[in-house]
Amino acid sequence: MLLIEIKPNMCDFCGCCVGVCPEDAIELEEAHIEIIESRCTNCAKCVWSCPFDVLVFNKPPKKERAAA
Amino acid sequence: MKDRYDVIVVGAGPAGSITAMYAARGGCSVLLMEKDRDIGMPVRCGEAVGRDGLNGVIEIRPRWIAATINRFRLVAPDGTVVEPDIGGTGYVLERRVFDYDLAMAAVEAGADVVTKAYVNGLWKESMNGRERIVGVTYTWKGVPRKVRGTVIVGADGVESRLGKWAGIDTTTDFRDMECCAQMTLAGVHMENDVCEFHFGSRWAPQGYLWMFPKRHGMVNVGVGISGMAARTRKPLYILEEFIKERFPQAGVLTTVAGGVPCVDTLREIVKDNVVLVGDAARQVNPVSGGGIAGAMQAGKIAGEVIARAVAAGDMAELEDYPRRWEKLRGARNRTYYKMKKAVFNLSDETLNSIAASVLKLPREKQTIWGVFRTALVKRPSLILEMAGTFGLK
Repeated sequence: MLLIEIKPNMCDFCGCCVGVCPEDAIELEEAHIEIIESRCTNCAKCVWSCPFDVLVFNKPPKKERAAA
Repeated sequence: MKDRYDVIVVGAGPAGSITAMYAARGGCSVLLMEKDRDIGMPVRCGEAVGRDGLNGVIEIRPRWIAATINRFRLVAPDGTVVEPDIGGTGYVLERRVFDYDLAMAAVEAGADVVTKAYVNGLWKESMNGRERIVGVTYTWKGVPRKVRGTVIVGADGVESRLGKWAGIDTTTDFRDMECCAQMTLAGVHMENDVCEFHFGSRWAPQGYLWMFPKRHGMVNVGVGISGMAARTRKPLYILEEFIKERFPQAGVLTTVAGGVPCVDTLREIVKDNVVLVGDAARQVNPVSGGGIAGAMQAGKIAGEVIARAVAAGDMAELEDYPRRWEKLRGARNRTYYKMKKAVFNLSDETLNSIAASVLKLPREKQTIWGVFRTALVKRPSLILEMAGTFGLK
């Protein structure tokens, strides 16, 4: 389950997140960014390194955390 | 545009354009591919470069220079100002003009250039039971396409993915990624021959805040902090606070984000027929975060080496590029990376006390090295960390 969300209209497409992503899980075009869900491990390094506060880490709902 | 080239260069920044130029001059057919609509835009860069950094790569044109720098002004957390002798001259560039001219130089050397071409993979074919890279896949005007190339150059910047597709681990640890926000301000009064740097936890934890003058009251003001620091405070908000406090009247001409991989060069910058240059190869100076000079010098070497490899029909010749890079800057950048790790966690108290001590030195000893030597005295543990730097530990 993808826990990382990109806030629309805030991204500057700078590529900081792509540079730190260990999984090659971010697609970044001139004005389009997308996390590739099948590759993302929710490690949150992209969230931490974003200069503009564009990426958000959503904690999973309690039920699913218990299941995990 | 043809369907087959000797060399495909992905990314038309300084690294890509210089690689393309030297490969084309060496007799190769070259395609230079840029994902954005406009080469050199947006400018995600403080734009400062040492004059000697471009020596031997390309002749500097006056129209590239927005300001000529003779002084550094280092500001400690408590406001103490040190102006060390920088022992040379620097420039603040006008990268909008600069990047265009470099791409034009590649074209003049014979390269083809295409914009809005988004490379999304390597084109691989199985030959004699072995998978080989024969080109790149990309989209252009929304349509998937392919183009063949003998050598593929990843000059695709901090966000490089091309290396990963070739099996090179290019990931930068988030603690080594300097996460930056920059605004170009107008209506700011600042001497146009000084680059100003602010250190300390308020404005630049694990990094620095810069003010680089351009022309007519224009200044690049930016904040770069490590990914570790950016976990809790975002560069954009720090920058907004600084500008509100320092330049409340300024007009904001541009606001950009950016990432600088402040690490030593990747262990592998050539793999089979794939070559990485510039930020993609992690060729920045890890202390200053400056990337222009290294990228262009690497581009020159890569372009020359590629031309020879193509002419000889022997990709093993590409190995000459990492060897030459290592001699020119690679070894030095490894030392600088260790230095960065030693200095970037200095406390505000230590920084203040270094600044105060440097001011007590005779004027002729107030140099960048004087500052560094003082840092060593002020925090003796640095000596141990530096011993590691020079391989003594």
